[in-house]
Amino acid sequence: MLISNLEIVPGHRIVRHLGLVQGSTVRAKHVGRDIMAGLKNIFGGELKGYTELLQESRDEALARMQAQADAIGANAVLNVRFSTSSVAQGAAELFAYGTAVVLEGER
Amino acid sequence: MTDLILFVTLMLLGYGFGQWAEKRHYRSIREREKKLRGQVLLIQSRFPPSVNGGQKTELVTGSVVVSVDYFKRFLAGLRNLFGGRVKSYESLVDRARREAILRMQERARQLGADRVVNLKLETSSIYKGKRQTIGSIEVLAYGTAIVPVAAGA
Repeated sequence: MLISNLEIVPGHRIVRHLGLVQGSTVRAKHVGRDIMAGLKNIFGGELKGYTELLQESRDEALARMQAQADAIGANAVLNVRFSTSSVAQGAAELFAYGTAVVLEGER
Repeated sequence: MTDLILFVTLMLLGYGFGQWAEKRHYRSIREREKKLRGQVLLIQSRFPPSVNGGQKTELVTGSVVVSVDYFKRFLAGLRNLFGGRVKSYESLVDRARREAILRMQERARQLGADRVVNLKLETSSIYKGKRQTIGSIEVLAYGTAIVPVAAGA
């Protein structure tokens, strides 16, 4: 499956439009990582644990979006956007959405 | 009294380590930017440039979470009283953006891409400390990497 944040893909033609697909996940932070984050709040610097956590969650959201696109018979998701919001104290929602399409053309 | 000692210690630790970490981070950002200059072009346009020959596209992302130190957070707290530019946060946001873009470019480079089009940036604050002050921010940079495919391949 082709996932892209472009609206058109070079060398391909969009033959069918299947509508919006989305995937999201809500993650809470981890106590161990929280302690490290507390320390980093004093010293400053990158919170590696959080970077990883958010990256993993974003991959999860993308995978869910892809599953949805698969289910409706798309072979590509275009114009993908990411969005992050905090839903509660210490929990964040990672959201990915895009347009499912059927592409035709040489790969 | 113990509170005061704790506060002063935290301020000194934050100032010392924070300045050191920021300088080190900026140095690394500058070096990597120099290395990547001209290798992976960043293009803001929403549409890929029309090029003859085959090309492959791939979504690339780069993200980073950075936190401000205790000293700078205190300074920013003072700023809230008087208003004006919050310089201590400006450098935080700047560092985070450049780092995220660099990581995305490095990922694109690994894939053999020569350009990234439709670059988008997203910033969000993920950790709110006491008194609702912003503790750390996440920056995500994403775009479509264009990998040229040699004719006949």
